[in-house]
Amino acid sequence: MTPIAHHLPDDLLADYAAGRLAEPFALVVAAHVSLCDECRAALAAQEAFGGALLETAPPVAMAPGALQAVLARAPGAAPIRVAPTPGAVLPAPLRDAVGGDLAAVRWRPVGMGVKQAVVSSGPGGSARLLSIPPGVAMPEHGHRGREVTLVLQGAYADAEGRYARGDVEAAGDDLEHTPVAEPGGPCLCLIATDAPLRFRGLIPRLLQPFIGI
Amino acid sequence: MPPGDAKKTASPPLGTPDWAPVMAAIRDRRDAAAFARLFDHFAPRIKGFLIKSGSEPGVAEDCAQEVMAICWHRAHLYDPARASVATWIFTIARNRRIDGLRRTRRPEPEDLPWGPEAEPDPEEALALRQASDALTEAMTRLPEAQRALILQAYFADRSQSEIAAQTGLPLGTIKSRIRLALARLRAEMT
Repeated sequence: MTPIAHHLPDDLLADYAAGRLAEPFALVVAAHVSLCDECRAALAAQEAFGGALLETAPPVAMAPGALQAVLARAPGAAPIRVAPTPGAVLPAPLRDAVGGDLAAVRWRPVGMGVKQAVVSSGPGGSARLLSIPPGVAMPEHGHRGREVTLVLQGAYADAEGRYARGDVEAAGDDLEHTPVAEPGGPCLCLIATDAPLRFRGLIPRLLQPFIGI
Repeated sequence: MPPGDAKKTASPPLGTPDWAPVMAAIRDRRDAAAFARLFDHFAPRIKGFLIKSGSEPGVAEDCAQEVMAICWHRAHLYDPARASVATWIFTIARNRRIDGLRRTRRPEPEDLPWGPEAEPDPEEALALRQASDALTEAMTRLPEAQRALILQAYFADRSQSEIAAQTGLPLGTIKSRIRLALARLRAEMT
């Protein structure tokens, strides 16, 4: 496996550690951290910051009898420890959202051999899996909001560089890019967006309501 | 007096007690007295932390109790080579808070392939504790108003740069502390 070249931006990690990242983006962060030890360490450091904040928080007295109430309380949900599954294409947090590995994805064709499957959608944005055939270019597009892409299989390249399994590309308002899937096999990506993308060409713009990105 | 540190007169004074032996006593002996010490320290801080970050007092009380119940029943899941006790409790409180708000489970990364070690390396645990203490000490030296601002900002919907604009230089100091802690954590994890 080639080392991961493109990592999560610090602010995404910080927001995830604080627990204030919308679910579609949290899904990308959790999936990338599952594949990347460097960002796992960076996340641990961000959580240490949260621990220091807790340690220095002003104490507020608990209700009378709270200690006894806690000792009598049922165990409750365990902190989550998700065992890695060797050989799986989708990291565990993504398998949870999909309901299985790649075979369980319910694809919908969106033209030019491109397939997509929405895995999370809500007021904070949406996350979708996109499968792009080798050699095919995604329509050139800009962004109204934020777009974060994680490559899970294959690779693509755009003006910013080359992205393979585990790599993350974060795009904001200023980036216009035309990702092209590399020859070899389809390029599988997880993409989180908080606003619809803006396609440049007429045909993609007409298609946009149907594709939904 | 830091629990378990009574005899270490040679070591420099640390800003925070070492809670790892307390967690071990809870895990190995179901030591209710040890748990009472952990509770007295952390439960009011969890409650204060949640209130400062916008929770209603009743919700904060209930969440703090729930988090402490997890500490009592799941002490075996704590790994001192990976996180300080304060950090571990912070992550539990954060997850309980999110799950309560969204009524869904937050996406969590896969665990490390090699899993928790049966016998954590004491040197690793100590290095991690020192990095965590350095962060806490940096935080303690901040003026109260700025610490409160960071605390609020940590849970509110504001970007890192907006926080930096309001807090000025000290956040830069904290960020460099994070980088130091990060370098240390990274060295230990690879």
